[in-house]
Amino acid sequence: MHKKIIIGAASILLSLSAAAEIETPSKYNLTQGVTDTSQQVYDLHMIILYICIVIGIVVFGAMFYSIINHRKSKGAVAAQFHESTKVEIIWTVIPFVILIAMAIPATSVLIDMEDSSKSDITIKITGSQWKWHYQYFDHDFGFYSLLTTPQQQIQNYSHSTNIEPKGENYLLEVDRELVLPIGKKIRFLITADDVIHSWWVPAFAVKQDANPGFINEAWTRINEPGIYRGQCAELCGKDHGFMPIVVRVLEQKDYDIWLQQQLQQVASAKKAAEQALASTLTMAESMTLGEQVYLTRCAACHQVNGAGIPGAFPALKGSAIALGDITKHIDIVANGKPASAMQAFSKQLTAKELAAVVTYERNAWGNDTGDVVQVTNVNLTEAK
Amino acid sequence: MNTATTTQGSHDSRGHDSSEHDSGEHHDQNAHDHKPKGIMRWILTTNHKDIGTLYLCFSFLMFLIGGAMAMIIRAELYQPGLQIVEPNFFNQMTTVHGLIMVFGAVMPAFTGLANWMIPMMIGAPDMALPRMNNWSFWILPMAFAILLSSLFMEGGGPNFGWTFYAPLSTTYSPPSTALFVFAIHIMGISSILGAINVVVTIINMRAPGMTYMKMPLFVWTWLITAFLLIAVMPVLAATVTMVLTDKFFGTSFFAAAGGGDPVLFQHIFWFFGHPEVYIMILPSFGIVSAIIPTFSRKKLFGYSSMVYATASIAILSFTVWAHHMFTTGMPVAAELFFMYCTMLISVPTGVKVFNWVATMWRGSLTFETPMLFAIAFIILFTIGGFSGLMLAITPADFQYHDTYFVVAHFHYVLVTGAIFSIMAAAYYWLPKWTGNMYDERLGKIHFWASLISVNVLFFPMHFLGLAGMPRRVPDYALQFADFNQLVSIGGFAFGLSQLIFLVVVVKCARGGEKAPAKPWEGAEGLEWDMPSPAPYHSHTTPPVIK
Amino acid sequence: MDEQSLKRKNGKLSLKLMLVIPLMFAFGFALVPLYDVFCQVTGLNGRIVVNNAPSSLVIDKSRIVRLQFMTSIAPGMPWTFEPVVKYVDVHPGQNTVVKFKARNLADLPTVGQAIPSVSPGLAAQYLNKTECFCFNSQPLDAGESVEMALVFFISPEIPPEITTLTLSYSLFNVTKLANNNITKI
Repeated sequence: MHKKIIIGAASILLSLSAAAEIETPSKYNLTQGVTDTSQQVYDLHMIILYICIVIGIVVFGAMFYSIINHRKSKGAVAAQFHESTKVEIIWTVIPFVILIAMAIPATSVLIDMEDSSKSDITIKITGSQWKWHYQYFDHDFGFYSLLTTPQQQIQNYSHSTNIEPKGENYLLEVDRELVLPIGKKIRFLITADDVIHSWWVPAFAVKQDANPGFINEAWTRINEPGIYRGQCAELCGKDHGFMPIVVRVLEQKDYDIWLQQQLQQVASAKKAAEQALASTLTMAESMTLGEQVYLTRCAACHQVNGAGIPGAFPALKGSAIALGDITKHIDIVANGKPASAMQAFSKQLTAKELAAVVTYERNAWGNDTGDVVQVTNVNLTEAK
Repeated sequence: MNTATTTQGSHDSRGHDSSEHDSGEHHDQNAHDHKPKGIMRWILTTNHKDIGTLYLCFSFLMFLIGGAMAMIIRAELYQPGLQIVEPNFFNQMTTVHGLIMVFGAVMPAFTGLANWMIPMMIGAPDMALPRMNNWSFWILPMAFAILLSSLFMEGGGPNFGWTFYAPLSTTYSPPSTALFVFAIHIMGISSILGAINVVVTIINMRAPGMTYMKMPLFVWTWLITAFLLIAVMPVLAATVTMVLTDKFFGTSFFAAAGGGDPVLFQHIFWFFGHPEVYIMILPSFGIVSAIIPTFSRKKLFGYSSMVYATASIAILSFTVWAHHMFTTGMPVAAELFFMYCTMLISVPTGVKVFNWVATMWRGSLTFETPMLFAIAFIILFTIGGFSGLMLAITPADFQYHDTYFVVAHFHYVLVTGAIFSIMAAAYYWLPKWTGNMYDERLGKIHFWASLISVNVLFFPMHFLGLAGMPRRVPDYALQFADFNQLVSIGGFAFGLSQLIFLVVVVKCARGGEKAPAKPWEGAEGLEWDMPSPAPYHSHTTPPVIK
Repeated sequence: MDEQSLKRKNGKLSLKLMLVIPLMFAFGFALVPLYDVFCQVTGLNGRIVVNNAPSSLVIDKSRIVRLQFMTSIAPGMPWTFEPVVKYVDVHPGQNTVVKFKARNLADLPTVGQAIPSVSPGLAAQYLNKTECFCFNSQPLDAGESVEMALVFFISPEIPPEITTLTLSYSLFNVTKLANNNITKI
């Protein structure tokens, strides 16, 4: 009988491992990922899974054997034994040994995962409600990365209008991806601005909490170019499900080209900001740009129609701030409101965008103040 | 108030008014009680059976309410996109579903079983502290009324997950958080009072000759659970108090700005939270250890090792809390310590499973509904244990953490673990409680419907988690769509299946085939020496222990 | 046993158990300082050792450790805040001064508090600060700028495998807290 069980277990194991190789790994199983670490994690996962399956087959096998053969309806008469120190010691010791065998590789992988020394590139990742910010520490530039899936794809409520079909990368697409090269040891320094977030890219086997006020470390060395997607893994409020992570991994030479472009853009953006200071915004121009900014940055909380969510997010339509003093309005958009979900947008938007969105808020949904905020207004407030 | 209210109500009316002849003895024992009639009887009762009934009914009501919230969650997740609820309301549903199921359904159900069964099992007339018993129950509905009413406040109810991590639950939480904290305090007081009562009853009220190592395992597991409750519920109270003062009174326990640390919250919370997990499973072990021998017609294998395993699980449960926090950025040494301890805890748990299987081995098995639920418990709880062992492997936990893999894991442990064992207990002792046999055919239908749907509900969640779906999201990417649909269908089916249970219990309470004192051939224990239904007061004269 | 003495016995035991409740409740709060001690010992969360005496240790010229500086500004904090240099290379045991620039952009006096955090966490215990602006909160008038100093040395006991440390400051707006304290006094 024992032989039968062992043969049965072996054959099931074999068929399972064969199945694991055929099926697409991403759908039924953990990803093997594109780093050495993620491969090691995958291997650990498979070993422990197989151990569990084997134990399961033995235990459940014994159980089903008695369910089938030791039933009263088959005339089984209960035996009298109810203890055996020998057996009990055996089945305490065997799992113990298995666990030790399992702990050894797990320990070595873990120690390796936590060693982020001797890195080539440092990226600072900051989570905030509900977006990620990436700072290229060695090159002194950075950017926010926001979900680009339009609300028309997300909102399928019975009262929603203009529902669009969902795109291929629904909820897993962003405006600016984190770009990294292959083959380099990349160290992530992870923190948060408001609540706890968690930066997770399954393909790298990196998941690290972003704690406000503290930094956490993780590292990766990616083997293959490609686009890898992940999500925030720690409940961080209303739009926790809507702050994806997209990483574009390039060959070193492509990465260098990209980096040069970025540095040039940073320089030219600085120039543009100076020019914007001198130019005058028209109402129409401001409303178009302002609406764009509003829909991507503000509408998630204050809603597309400016009505907010009572008790949680204030309405802008007809609000004292949007209709009152311009300086105060700019101040709250630029600097946020402490200890609330209202963030400081001065870091996230250009002065021109800031001016435009304030204009939009003061003139949309019947807030007809007629004010057109200029870039100089914004800068003045900030400089004060 | 439904099922067992009618239970007691009907057999009382039988005892007092109509059919004197069928339970004359019962009537005599009741005669010297001056029970008020109607609702006041339930409000003022100090009887362990009445209070047990109240706990069980309340727990089932909460199970339905928490279940309804789960249905809303599953309906929203039936397909990608936002169809039914706003994300903020979705978060309130996941939060309150968790709180209600943990503190409203599972824990009160165990307390109800303890109230009903412990005095009968140890040969006591009642619980040791009957008046406190009344209080510990009646503050519970208040707590949940407060919690549920917070959903209707401006800004909504708690929306930060049942684990209420700071600063989401402090700086960024809705104003109703004060009510949440208050409700948790009351629930905590209720649990502690219940636990004190259990400890005092077991230590002081055992019949002469009922030594500790003769106690049924259900009594043992509850004794250990009660100690865990007394030890950790005050820690939870401290946690929520800190949340309250951080939010409303300017302290900075968890705010970095004032020198606090949000990770500290998680340490304190899980210092309570992990023993809490065992609070919700140890009594299950006791129940299954009663049912498996009964229907195997064979003594429990390794009684003493069961007791030691339970105790060591309880002790180890204080050394594993940080395995919920591997991604928070702990030093490697700490990660290794918590990984090893967590792996270690699977050894005593394994011993229990092996003992149950050995009990069945060469027994004489029959498969009445309680046995079916108990067997399903062993298999499915073990599957939950396996995924728990996988989660203990820290490097792999980095991938599993906060995904649907974890959701699958703890629902296997809590639904097919704790709740299945509660169902098994209810079927097992219903004849003793009501004096009638339940409808076996309906019971079996309930079992098979639950078994199939619960696996359709929770098994695919493993795949979703491995494929990368985070938990607590109201919407998801397209590759998760088909499994989510399947999960939702399983969810609706499981929810509906529980209505069968309601029917079985109501039917059984109202009548049916009369149950003998010992309806199960292989059953052992003092509760089966009493007539069915059990008289209003349990062992008025101490029984003789063989 | 008669009913009276059983009742007394039950009362006694429940009283004993009740005593556990305030004890464990207090233990919950005691975890707060315990955690701080634990962090100091293990370097959990990059808590930093405060050391009032400058280093009089022998400088270990054979090794160079790089210390990177990083700043974050919390929401609702209307300041700019950045290190003057992004990193320094130092020998263990060597006293070093670095400066951070802050400027209040708001039109109101504001009080800031910088919260330090070191990564890798284990290295935190080797980073000794003898003087730091983060020891106290910093008030700045509207539009005012300031240069703030940090004096530190790295213990020569630092394990050789640690070659890079990151010191991060998160700057929080504590104006409200500070004002409360003033009114209290």
